[in-house]
Amino acid sequence: MNDVSSFWSEKLKKLDERDKTGDPAYASWKREVLGKWRKDSQEKEYTNSSSMPIKEIYLPGDLEGDLAGRLGLPGVFPFTRGIYPDMYRGRYWTMRMFSGFGTPEDTNSRLKYLIQHGESGLSIAFDMPTLYGYDCINERAEGEVGKCGVNVSMLKDMEVLFNGIDLGKVSTSMTINAPAIVLLAMYMAVAKKQGVPLDSISGTVQADILKEYIAQKEWIFPPEVHLRMIRDMMVFCTQNAPRWNYISISGYHIREAGASAVQELAFTLADGFHYVEMGKAAGLSVDEFAPRLSFFFNSSINFFEEIAKMRAARRIWATVLREKYGASTERAIMLKFHTQTSGYTLTWQQPLNNIVRTTIEAMAGVLGGTQSLHTNSYDEAWALPSENAVKVALRTQQILAEESGIADTIDPLGGSYYVEWLTDEMERQAYLYFDRIEKAGGILNAIKTGYIQKEIANTSYRRQLRIETGKEIMVGVNRYVEENEPPIKILRISRKAQISQRKRLTEVLASRDQERVRHSLEKLEGAMKDENENLMPYMIDAVESYATLEEISNVGRKLYGGWKEPVIV
Amino acid sequence: MVDGKSQSLFKDKPIKVLLAKPGIDGHDRGMFVLAKAFRDAGMDVLYAGLLPTPEEVIDTAVNEDVDVIALSLLNGAHLVVFRKVADLMKKKGIDDIAIVGGGTIPDSDKPKLEKIGITGNYGPGTPLKTIIDHITERAAEARSRKLGIA
Repeated sequence: MNDVSSFWSEKLKKLDERDKTGDPAYASWKREVLGKWRKDSQEKEYTNSSSMPIKEIYLPGDLEGDLAGRLGLPGVFPFTRGIYPDMYRGRYWTMRMFSGFGTPEDTNSRLKYLIQHGESGLSIAFDMPTLYGYDCINERAEGEVGKCGVNVSMLKDMEVLFNGIDLGKVSTSMTINAPAIVLLAMYMAVAKKQGVPLDSISGTVQADILKEYIAQKEWIFPPEVHLRMIRDMMVFCTQNAPRWNYISISGYHIREAGASAVQELAFTLADGFHYVEMGKAAGLSVDEFAPRLSFFFNSSINFFEEIAKMRAARRIWATVLREKYGASTERAIMLKFHTQTSGYTLTWQQPLNNIVRTTIEAMAGVLGGTQSLHTNSYDEAWALPSENAVKVALRTQQILAEESGIADTIDPLGGSYYVEWLTDEMERQAYLYFDRIEKAGGILNAIKTGYIQKEIANTSYRRQLRIETGKEIMVGVNRYVEENEPPIKILRISRKAQISQRKRLTEVLASRDQERVRHSLEKLEGAMKDENENLMPYMIDAVESYATLEEISNVGRKLYGGWKEPVIV
Repeated sequence: MVDGKSQSLFKDKPIKVLLAKPGIDGHDRGMFVLAKAFRDAGMDVLYAGLLPTPEEVIDTAVNEDVDVIALSLLNGAHLVVFRKVADLMKKKGIDDIAIVGGGTIPDSDKPKLEKIGITGNYGPGTPLKTIIDHITERAAEARSRKLGIA
């Protein structure tokens, strides 16, 4: 315990020393030159989401110590400038637009539409009942089927979802967490039916349950039960589906829940460290499984802060994986990440302004060196995006890639006094959190006691008060407000999705081999009771018997119950 | 923000609000911001936790003797789910608890919700003061009915 704790405090000591310095020219410039300039400069508090005070200017002296060493070159430790030697000259980031709504048929056509328009990777959103492990016929699912994503209640739905799409050729990211193991089992079952071997499917399930307890709040069981399922996916995929990324460690939702950039950075990496420790405890070698861990960050509106966050993330991950967890290969220590522009910064008011916000945020993602990017559509503060709005969002990425020139050279902001200072400061403040989390008994405990959630809620409330008092501006919301804006045309999900999903499920329930279902669920229950068993094969067997998502989830619900979150308000 | 009449209504017992997300929806940032803002405005605040059923929301509201139930959904299911709460209240004959709503509610849905007594229905970006004033107004109605002075 002492050893672990001292890793963070030792690091901090070094970083504190490094960052204490300043430039000797700053004070005299401020007094002699700036001080004699006009006095009526803006009354404004210059700070970012992480509450860092921002100086008028940054100078060489703000970057003491071995700058070249902490930057590295592209593809070289600690990867601050990018994980690949050629970055976007090799190929652009993957333009991965998240989509999913209504029935599997609806989403299947949207996926095919996106493939036709040049999208290079699929990304599926699921509806609320699916995310919480309820079938579409459950009373709780009333009114929610197909609303926030596609509904998948059983294997049949998954078959329709990927109908006509060769799973050996696409890479699919599924945003699914609590029931990730069940959905992955369905995906593998579809691959088998298509004749695609498991070692050639590629994609990701999000499966980052820690951030669910922190931010998105979509769980089924107590944390330990989900963590065991994630362990089983890690082990099974490492052995059988080596191109499958079984966890996408996500800061996105932590940020959307109101966290600052530095909180997003620190809590996400802390979650990541926990999964690394879990993999090691399961007997996997860190060099073998760490390359399959990827990250998912938010890109919000404070341009330089976001870029610094992403650069710092790479540096921290590489350093800690190497120094603390003993990873030795480059692939194991490089932090790969997906970026989504911020939903939080989009406004209901004057929705076309959201195109501009998204462009700025997307640029930050690219300059931050992302591997893939989702750009939000301008109508998303209102509802799921309409087809036209999605097209503008995709075109935004294509303009950035192919017209703007920002991808012509690698890490074009590297060496900027401001960006390098911000990157260092992000790093230092993240280590401060790692140290605090360690002292709070580790990330799992810090989540179970509500410490992390409280930190986020405090930041979120502080920001709201800043907006209320006009210290933080949102155009169209608290400045340049327009009265009587005409409503925009939004996508409405009809109740048809619910009706047709329920119909299909009812038909399958009536026609499947009940004996086989019962048998597969019994075997699954037996495996769940034995910590040492890997659940993955039992899950595949259960979905193939056409047991439903809810039936499978109920096996765990019966054994372990649900989870009540700590009270934080 | 509280006028003279309301002040006397809430003199002995402050406004009590139950915040609830009655559907399958984990977007709770707004709830936590409101919880803190209501508390700073002197209200007594309860949070129903995640995924309560409409029955659980009403049971808590009655047991805790709240003035207002503030419902939030950002998953598009507000018409169906808010209505369930309102219908159940009506069925149980409860008329001294007001219901307000919020979340991602398109303008065209607001009249439908107001018709069943769910008012406010504010979206993201609404000033806290607007929401607090509205809660205060609805709480005054509910409290007056409770005290039989409506």
